[in-house]
Amino acid sequence: MLQIAEKAFTSRLFTGTGKFSSSLVMEAALLASGTELVTVALKRIDIGNSNDDILHHLDHSQFNLLPNTSGARTAREAVLAAQLALEALETNWLKLEIHPDPKYLMPDPVETLKATEELVKLGFVVLPYVHADPVLCKRLEEAGAAAVMPLGSPIGSSKGLRTKDFLEIIIEQSNIPVVVDAGIGGPSHAAEAMELGADAVLVNTAIAVSGNPVQMAEAFKLAVEAGRMAHEATLAPLSPHAEASSPLTAFLDH
Amino acid sequence: MTSFQNIFAAYSWHEVQTAIYQKSARDVELAINKTKRSLEDLQALLSPAAASYLEQMALISHHLTQKRFGKTIQMYIPLYLSNECRNICTYCGFSFDNKIERKTLNDEEILQEAGALKSMGYDHVLLVTGEEPMRVGVQYLKNAVALLRPHFSHIAIEVQPLEQQDYEELIAAGVNTVLVYQETYRKEDYKIHHPKGKKSNFLYRLETPDRLGRAGIHKIGLGVLIGLDDWRTDSFFAALHLRYLERTYWKTKYSLSFPRLRPCSGNVSPKVTISDKELVQLICAYRMFDEEVELSLSTRESETFRNNAIKLGITSMSAGSKTNPGGYVVAPRSLEQFEISDERSPAEIAAIVQQQGYEPVWKDWDKSLMSFEK
Repeated sequence: MLQIAEKAFTSRLFTGTGKFSSSLVMEAALLASGTELVTVALKRIDIGNSNDDILHHLDHSQFNLLPNTSGARTAREAVLAAQLALEALETNWLKLEIHPDPKYLMPDPVETLKATEELVKLGFVVLPYVHADPVLCKRLEEAGAAAVMPLGSPIGSSKGLRTKDFLEIIIEQSNIPVVVDAGIGGPSHAAEAMELGADAVLVNTAIAVSGNPVQMAEAFKLAVEAGRMAHEATLAPLSPHAEASSPLTAFLDH
Repeated sequence: MTSFQNIFAAYSWHEVQTAIYQKSARDVELAINKTKRSLEDLQALLSPAAASYLEQMALISHHLTQKRFGKTIQMYIPLYLSNECRNICTYCGFSFDNKIERKTLNDEEILQEAGALKSMGYDHVLLVTGEEPMRVGVQYLKNAVALLRPHFSHIAIEVQPLEQQDYEELIAAGVNTVLVYQETYRKEDYKIHHPKGKKSNFLYRLETPDRLGRAGIHKIGLGVLIGLDDWRTDSFFAALHLRYLERTYWKTKYSLSFPRLRPCSGNVSPKVTISDKELVQLICAYRMFDEEVELSLSTRESETFRNNAIKLGITSMSAGSKTNPGGYVVAPRSLEQFEISDERSPAEIAAIVQQQGYEPVWKDWDKSLMSFEK
């Protein structure tokens, strides 16, 4: 089982709530995905309204909410948003997203580290969204992050694990769970991340924007399970083709 | 100090127009088959040669838009605060030479109008005024924003161009977005349509997004008024402006609008017209050029066009709009800026959006995210 802070998760598929054609479709897809951790943008929630449409459809005991700070451009804005999320959603879990660049939504490493340090002190369970930067991930671990969420490729791009070499280093070096967060475009990408040894993946666009989000959610569920199972079973080692002769070292046998 | 003027000066209207009209089917195909498209590619996509590739372009635009924005349409509504104006603009109902009684909302009236918008379900509001700096200046706007801030998550303004310092004050007061349309990028034509008033200063308006960027605004809306001059060339210049701004003020978001000239009190008729087919081409060309820019469609457009544009690349829509101050409850008969075309209510539009398989989004921002540090 996956453990983050004090919570244990059966499902290693984390999901998002944006981009769906309706809250009903979102709810059905998330249920089909088997997810137990669902991120929701603070900016989309009507905090004063107890009948908020999104929250209403997330009201299932298996869904743990992971508020995110999407829209925040600085550590200061993220900390303010986190405090509001804590009050409104009654959870100290937080997906820390700081992207000053609204075009490619690239995470700001400097502000993210700063905000993580502050939020950990304030008692938050912080899951920062970052570049696949191994050193930054270690710094975040030292700062007290509960997990790190490096990107596979630009968010929403569906390009898969373009940062694979760096993800491998992060996974190898990390003492906290590694959740591959952005760019996963299909179940095969999710399975690949799990085979690499990622502890979980977070998928949103690929489910929400697909032709049949409910079916796609289930496909991701199966892919994540298969990838994890393969990782635990240990993949067969990659071996080069056997050579009939050894032209460089054959002379040693004479 | 960096400014769009330097880039703009390197382009000639005539050369750009000629280049666009000379693009061939081959140029269009090359542009379609790319994943990152240049300004040259945009010229091809805006050209007459692209007309026969419309369905293909629409398909690409549809997928790119869904990938970035999901199956959602952002809902917003204008709140006209004043129709007083010192400018003469040939196409606008608020034009100074239009001798009709003027109105500027007071505090109580602003709140009454806001109440009506809230009851329609709106949480994002666009404040609009003419240009009357004595009565409707920065202080008036700051006061209006302060009044409305408790009631709306997102406040945009579409008012006269201001100084950087003014924008900084308005941002601190709670303004998120500023829309400032160049109307036309053809200087000679701009002069004809804006003969008197502060707005007649083409370059001051052209530099407004730079002042906004320096002030650290969160979002800037650009656009041209389609009907004043050749729409293909004007739309190219708006994209040139956009690309410059995206690179220079990289922390700012951008939106584009392409309002078609509408009938209004005492106006001119359009010099050029754009067909529905061509407007679809423009929407798709913009989306293929820039996957991240927001594209907005107002109630100037017809019911049928709006119903079908939802899937083509549009990301935000207004509904139930009034273009006169007090138009919702306070003074329904005051002078309007232009006649709207789609008069359906926000609830009706929301139902249409849903029928098309999209979710109408009423709230996509939060006041807590407004402690902008430059």
